[in-house]
Amino acid sequence: MTIEGKVWKFGDNIDTDVIIPARFLNVSDKKILASSAFADLRPDFSKDVRKGDILVGGSNFGCGSSREHAPLAIKEAGISVIIAKSFARIFYRNSFNIGLPILESKEAVESIEENDQVSADLVTGEIVNKTKGEKFQAKPVPDFMRGVIQAGGLVEYIKKQE
Amino acid sequence: MGMTITEKILAAHSGNDVVRPGDILQADVDMALANDVTAPLAIKVFEEIGKENVFNRDKIALVPDHFVPNKDIPSARQAKMMREFAAKYGIKNYFEVGQMGVEHVILPEKGLVIPGDLVIGADSHTCTYGALGAFSTGVGSTDLGVIMATGRVWLKVPPTIKVIFEGAFNPWVCGKDLILYLLGVMGVEGANYCAIEFMGSAVKKLTIDQRMTMSNMAIECGAKNGVFEADEITLNYVKERSTRKPLVIKPDPDAKYEREIHIDVSKIQPQVAFPHSPDNVRPVSEGKDVKIDQVFIGSCTNGRLEDLRIAAGLMKGKSVAKGVRVIVIPGSQLIYKEAIREGIIDAFLDAGATIGPPTCGPCLGGHMGILAEGERCASTSNRNFIGRMGDPKSEVYLVSPAVAAASAVLGRIGLPEEI
Repeated sequence: MTIEGKVWKFGDNIDTDVIIPARFLNVSDKKILASSAFADLRPDFSKDVRKGDILVGGSNFGCGSSREHAPLAIKEAGISVIIAKSFARIFYRNSFNIGLPILESKEAVESIEENDQVSADLVTGEIVNKTKGEKFQAKPVPDFMRGVIQAGGLVEYIKKQE
Repeated sequence: MGMTITEKILAAHSGNDVVRPGDILQADVDMALANDVTAPLAIKVFEEIGKENVFNRDKIALVPDHFVPNKDIPSARQAKMMREFAAKYGIKNYFEVGQMGVEHVILPEKGLVIPGDLVIGADSHTCTYGALGAFSTGVGSTDLGVIMATGRVWLKVPPTIKVIFEGAFNPWVCGKDLILYLLGVMGVEGANYCAIEFMGSAVKKLTIDQRMTMSNMAIECGAKNGVFEADEITLNYVKERSTRKPLVIKPDPDAKYEREIHIDVSKIQPQVAFPHSPDNVRPVSEGKDVKIDQVFIGSCTNGRLEDLRIAAGLMKGKSVAKGVRVIVIPGSQLIYKEAIREGIIDAFLDAGATIGPPTCGPCLGGHMGILAEGERCASTSNRNFIGRMGDPKSEVYLVSPAVAAASAVLGRIGLPEEI
């Protein structure tokens, strides 16, 4: 499955407090959460992001709190995939669990700039920076997690198993 | 080849004789935890799965602590949803306002976690219980919802980093300084996906309260968990609180570690993490020019009785510096009561501090001490990310209870010797 979109680029150690500050955690409605994504860091994000856009981060993306509200807000805002140099552990599993695709590639992140047009194949892990004409290969996803993605998230995976 | 503490606990909970880093396994959960921020999403997931009952009503703990007593109408709705869920499914360990406290303070205090347990919580600081020789880690709400339905969790076995603390403590140096120092050494990503084993003669002397401060902040370098070997101190702590039989797990002599880090405690002075990252640490002596507007003493890191005792001991008979607000939040109802009995609360009040009800309070910018633009807070909590305690242009300096108390009196970051 290939996704293509315009890039929103972020730096290293983007923590979940920055992705969605705690003052917005008093609700669980995904649409409201999405409207608060990156509220302080990039107030234009939730307004200007388009469905299918790609988020690119540096290392340790999603560090800090376990709040699932963070990947939920990003997914609901319209982001189709996050590409980062590395992900913090809890954010990584939360993303798989809620069905938000994520890919790890240091080289791709170093090449990609804000507003670049990028495509990503979620099955093979191939990332193409169309603006620059460069190709990259993301780190392979463990088999178990591939199963979770194929099921459409952890809830569906568990339902199948039961 | 032998196993580390973490590997042994994961093996015992997944029906395996041996597990190795990288193995993915399904483990049985002894205690599943959620709070008023993470439970509502987990409840939705549980309902979506469609099970008639939770896996075990005695093995789930629901603690409203982040935004309670309710700070606004949406928070009140979330707390209500959790309360109604707890009542509907007969959740035994639901702690209402009046019994509640900060989740990671009250679970050990009530004997709900003992050595050898496997605890999963929808809160990143669930790693606190490593202090008791348990495996515990944080997950998101979907994982927690699935656990409430099935009692099981999928886990990847982490490689273990062994950190060995040796040497004598300098004056006023405590568990908080040790973990801040370690964060400076490792960096915020230094233990991502790894387990940490805290070893060495120096940490063997630490009380459970101080060990909990250290395990609590293992997540700040990305670790999955941070575990101590249970010993006499642990067993004494547990036997007053639980009738369950603790399982003391020691690492095998030939256990394989990803790496070993040796820390000479005698080289550590009281530490402060400057904004905006917990690994941005320096000795407190380098922070003396930092004027502060607020001091927060509390949280799942340092809201326990020993923490309050140290801070109150320093503030007794002194006054909070002019222009500084000092907010003290005991971590639990029991700690609050004991602090009153010991005269700790009197010492704080007489010095000009205010006391809040047992809750997370301003730690995560929820309520009871939000910072305005340009304001600085010396805080005993665990994170100082941008905007963590309020305005994105405010600043948080992470310190021990002793340094927080000294700073409250000085009106700037400072050492206990200075007051």
